[in-house]
Amino acid sequence: MNKNHRVPSSRTLSAVEVKSKFGAEFRRFSLDRSKPGRFDEFYGLLQHVHRIPNVDLLVGYADIHGDLLPINNDDNYHKAISTAAPLLRLFLQRKEEAEYSAFGTNSLTRKKTPAALAAVLLRPDANRKKPPVIISLPKDFRPVSSIIDVDILPETHRRVRLYKHGQEKPLGFYIRDGSSVRVTPQGLEKVPGIFISRLVPGGLAESTGLLAVNDEVLEVNGIEVAGKSLDQVTDMMIANSHNLIITVKPANQRNNVVRNSNTSYYSYSAPGAVAMTPSHIIQNFRPEEVESDDDEEEDLVIETGGDMRLAPLSAAGATASYSMPSLPRYEPHLNLRHSNGAMATSSSVGSLSTNERGLERRNLEEDGTVITL
Amino acid sequence: MKFRFRRQGNDPQREKIKQDLFAFNKTVEHGFPNQPSALAYDPKLQLMAIGTKSGAIKVYGSPGVEFTGLHKDTATVTQMHFLHGQGRILSLLDDNTLHLWEIGQREQCSSLEEVCSFTIPCRTAVCASYFSPYSATRVTVLLPKLNCDLLAVGTEGGGVHFLELPSLTLLDKSLFQDEIMQRWEALFVFSLGPVESLQEHPQHPDKILIGYSRGLVVLWDLQTRHVDNLFLGKQQLESLVWERSGNSFVSSHSDGGYMVWSVSSSTPCTNEPVSSTITYGPFPCKAVNKILWRTAESGAPLVLFSGGMPRASYGDRHCLTILQDSQHVTLDFTSRVIDFFTVHCTDAHKFDDPSALVVLLEEELVVIDLQTAGWPTIPAPYLAPLHSSAITCSYHISNVPTKLWERVVSAGQQQGSLQTHTNWPICGGKNLAPDPKQQELMLTGHEDGTVRFWDASGVSLRPLYKLSTANIFQTDCDHNDSLTQAGEEEWPPFRKVGCFDPYSDDPRLGIQKICLCKYSGKLVVAGTAGQVIVLYLSDEKSDHMIDVATVDLLQDREGFTWKGHDRLPPKSGSVVFAPGFQPVVLVQCMPPAAVTAVTLHAEWNLIAFGTSHGFGLFDYHRRSPVLARCTLHPNDSLAMEGPLSRVKSLKKSLRQSFRRIRKSRVSGKKRVQEANAHLAEQDAEVTPVQRRIEPRSADDSLSGVVRCLCFADTFLRDGTHHGPTMWAGTNSGSVYAYALDVPSQEKFSEQSVEALLGKEIQLMHRAPVVSIAVLDGRGNPLPEPYEVSRDLAKAPDMQGSHSVLIASEEQFKVFMLPKVSAKTKFKLTAHEGCRVRKVALVNFSSVASEDYSENGLVCLTNLGDIHVFSIPALRPQVRYDCIRKEDISGIASCVFTKTGQGFYLISPSEYERFSLSARVITEPLCQVRHSERGSGLDGTKITGSSVKNSR
Repeated sequence: MNKNHRVPSSRTLSAVEVKSKFGAEFRRFSLDRSKPGRFDEFYGLLQHVHRIPNVDLLVGYADIHGDLLPINNDDNYHKAISTAAPLLRLFLQRKEEAEYSAFGTNSLTRKKTPAALAAVLLRPDANRKKPPVIISLPKDFRPVSSIIDVDILPETHRRVRLYKHGQEKPLGFYIRDGSSVRVTPQGLEKVPGIFISRLVPGGLAESTGLLAVNDEVLEVNGIEVAGKSLDQVTDMMIANSHNLIITVKPANQRNNVVRNSNTSYYSYSAPGAVAMTPSHIIQNFRPEEVESDDDEEEDLVIETGGDMRLAPLSAAGATASYSMPSLPRYEPHLNLRHSNGAMATSSSVGSLSTNERGLERRNLEEDGTVITL
Repeated sequence: MKFRFRRQGNDPQREKIKQDLFAFNKTVEHGFPNQPSALAYDPKLQLMAIGTKSGAIKVYGSPGVEFTGLHKDTATVTQMHFLHGQGRILSLLDDNTLHLWEIGQREQCSSLEEVCSFTIPCRTAVCASYFSPYSATRVTVLLPKLNCDLLAVGTEGGGVHFLELPSLTLLDKSLFQDEIMQRWEALFVFSLGPVESLQEHPQHPDKILIGYSRGLVVLWDLQTRHVDNLFLGKQQLESLVWERSGNSFVSSHSDGGYMVWSVSSSTPCTNEPVSSTITYGPFPCKAVNKILWRTAESGAPLVLFSGGMPRASYGDRHCLTILQDSQHVTLDFTSRVIDFFTVHCTDAHKFDDPSALVVLLEEELVVIDLQTAGWPTIPAPYLAPLHSSAITCSYHISNVPTKLWERVVSAGQQQGSLQTHTNWPICGGKNLAPDPKQQELMLTGHEDGTVRFWDASGVSLRPLYKLSTANIFQTDCDHNDSLTQAGEEEWPPFRKVGCFDPYSDDPRLGIQKICLCKYSGKLVVAGTAGQVIVLYLSDEKSDHMIDVATVDLLQDREGFTWKGHDRLPPKSGSVVFAPGFQPVVLVQCMPPAAVTAVTLHAEWNLIAFGTSHGFGLFDYHRRSPVLARCTLHPNDSLAMEGPLSRVKSLKKSLRQSFRRIRKSRVSGKKRVQEANAHLAEQDAEVTPVQRRIEPRSADDSLSGVVRCLCFADTFLRDGTHHGPTMWAGTNSGSVYAYALDVPSQEKFSEQSVEALLGKEIQLMHRAPVVSIAVLDGRGNPLPEPYEVSRDLAKAPDMQGSHSVLIASEEQFKVFMLPKVSAKTKFKLTAHEGCRVRKVALVNFSSVASEDYSENGLVCLTNLGDIHVFSIPALRPQVRYDCIRKEDISGIASCVFTKTGQGFYLISPSEYERFSLSARVITEPLCQVRHSERGSGLDGTKITGSSVKNSR
């Protein structure tokens, strides 16, 4: 095991001194500031140095303002490394015992000392009167819906994307025939339309809060529903259900997105909680996107009964990517090596972006996802 | 989608090619018109016309000569008459309108068009007798005079009106009952009743016989407006017919009798007929609806009448009696007699000498040869009763080799024992259509376990051969022999005629799927009780045992119990088979659910079959099962309960109703008040139809149903070695691909076939797999078995990489083989909202050049429209509306041919034939030469020379 020692000051620019605390134990080691590596490698390293390989951890660090902030992805990991001056103080908690409310602005300045912080972290229920609402970390969030194309649609319309993520939760809404009034050169005209007639309690559609009863459905995945029968529209929606994009004219026009903001809004939901977080991602929807998007819906091909030598390359690839999580090899000199297995350490790889996820899967498919039976 | 936008309709060159390849036409209707209601015959042109309840008119002459017309209003055609020799037809509809149709000349061919129509105006003068219970202007009978210048119209009110032909203008010389009653004061009747019959005197064109419903018959002279003779019948009149000489006529009556009256100028008023007969008396009989009296050179006249059966014992039979001297036959039909006529001499001959009797029944057309002793039936070359037993499936084979064709035809000829081969008596018109380039077979499977073979090469669908599969099973309905034996002593002398038999002995016999190898003459027929029968074509009679094998498709699945029907018990011992297709092997699936897919590879001696539980592979040469695979999903309970069980739904509905009761108890009165208030608020608005948006999940019921099976010689295991494969697709979007190890021809008997599961594909959208086809390196469909080994088709490209086209109900996808990576796709449902019902790979040849052709994927959707896609690029080419989307049975029955035609049922008895190809079109092209006629409509008089009826 490595013996942690103070790094000479001459190397402070290139190295980051890390002091990691888990429970009552401290570990010290250093990282190369210029080559911090990826978060999952760092995570593996932490588990390794604390000798807690199978414990799910919540990693926090004290930033320059004294706030306790989480490290859970590459971005905030790199931020933490780059801002460490030169000491990076880490606080590790078991995920199941985590105190989420500890994070945030002023979380550490209120209780100036790390000791006080540690007190909070170590005795989570010491001063607690009632447990606060647990809101999971952003990486556990998964977009269930989004409003897209705000910038190109009329303000009266709303384009909603529902993400099913292959889960079993029902989409949960009903549509019906009806008639709506359109402004035409001849004046007002009554035309047949398709409307949302019911939302299933607990369904995906209801949980987004973006669709409501009596909203008029104008388009399904870029195809206008005008002139189509109720059954046709039903079939279109079901056929697109894995990535449903519907353009509606909300019955309630008061909650419309203000256009000049030029942003899209994501609504995130985690099991048992709903939260709204503004996002900086602008997504413009184009019909051809549908085509590319649905690559995430690759059909499952199972090779069976065949002798594996027939497809040696794909077989090897498959074993690698499906092998059980293995620890990254710890390198004392901080050059963390890229390893295939690292990817699999976080078993619930958060889908930060659907496109990314799709790409990932697609790559796998093309390598030949082979499940040996 | 990006590509589609770019490509759509922009390339003029491609558009031109498309025009040369694709064109949609509904070409001809095959089979028997649904619900016929009227019949007419023109002895001069030798054309027959049939009217239907839906307002269609169909004219038939010699085989291939066909015309179809449709009235604008969907009203029953109640009567039709040809204007003798003019190629014009008068039709009377249920809505009391008269229509005149003309067979016109368009370019080289003839066609049928409506030229004018007429409604009798309800003038007060016409409605003279308003005490009458009848509508005065309701037309009951029509009589176009033989010289075609005058039409007499009899009405319910008893008046007879006259119209000028062909302009249909009312002439001011109507004859009312008052006129007759005034002149003959001997008549003390209040009303004569409706005009029941109008008949022109065969010798004097100016005299017509008018028969009134209450029994009075009047011979009326049009020229002098004078009653020549008066016949006081006492019985309710049904019909009248002249004897050829005009010296006597026959009347038929509602009491089941007929009377012969003589016409002489010495007795202008008589109430005594020459003779009066009630054939089936003395007990009360039903009315004789129509009678014909035909003189014959050979002796006694022929009397033909419909009805008149003893009310109590045979009142429910549909009969037609033929009487001549001592000969007496009562034709016993299975459906109602609509009308009948005889084909006889009409020229200046002394006798009628009828040659044939044509009877239009509700469900078929029967023609009796009256010149051959025993009056046998003549097989009709068209109007085939497709639905003699309900059609359960259809199968089309293009380009049938002559060898197979001849063997099937000869097998069929040996079947028809009670049929003569005299010429078809209705032979007007000339068929101009070129002889079909290739022979086409249409096979229909029926509810009673028969498979019928039809000649579908041309315009008229002709029966060739009938195969029955019922005789290899023990059913409790083998009483056919005893029935015919009892017929000997019976009186009336019934004779069963016609083949319409809607009653199936056992619903399990029903045919579900058919597959025929046209090169080896091997046929696979699969039915409702899981029976799969392999038949060999043989020219010799045979007496052999059938090998029976049972295949358990459930495998080792536990906890499932089949609650549906039992399997059909096969007959033990040997069975005698007539020349034709003879059963050799019977495979029975367990559980005995209906077979949902079947396919045959005669070169490999393999059949594959699937039910709602799984699929099996069977080597019929060695009589050994090769493979059985269960496709059931563990949650699929419905599949186990069989087709008739309602256990689940009952339980469900009970639960639901209990819930409803509980709910209503909770908030009693308040709810009612609320509901009432709500109702008052929007009373006009009905509850809208709602549709749930839920993606398909794996545990949908009947997910295990095998939808399609296919054999292919392709690359499944690796890209260098191809070999036999078998593919199966299910209702839940699963595809199973097996690599087969088929021994070479010589070793078939020793070595067994092995099947190894190569790939399993789960379509993520889980829609039912409708069809699977393998494409070769050039993107062409693989040829059929034997085609390559016998040099009948170009060998497939085995160099380039193959691909498999999987069509589900929602999308089409082409996967590269052997890796099964998606190459192209088209998501039909996601874009159009319609679902795929039928698909076929079709070769379209161009009209512009002989040797240019393209392969296309043809798809019929649940909305009844047809899309054509290019393969393997899957780009949409054309779209046509074909079937009404409400016509579910039409959509379900659609079959495509390999050359771009198709068939679907427009009624239980009729196929509509359509063509998607601009080149391959089968439509009637015919010509009818009629005597000259005035244009009529502009008032031109018809010149005397044009009417040569007395020639």
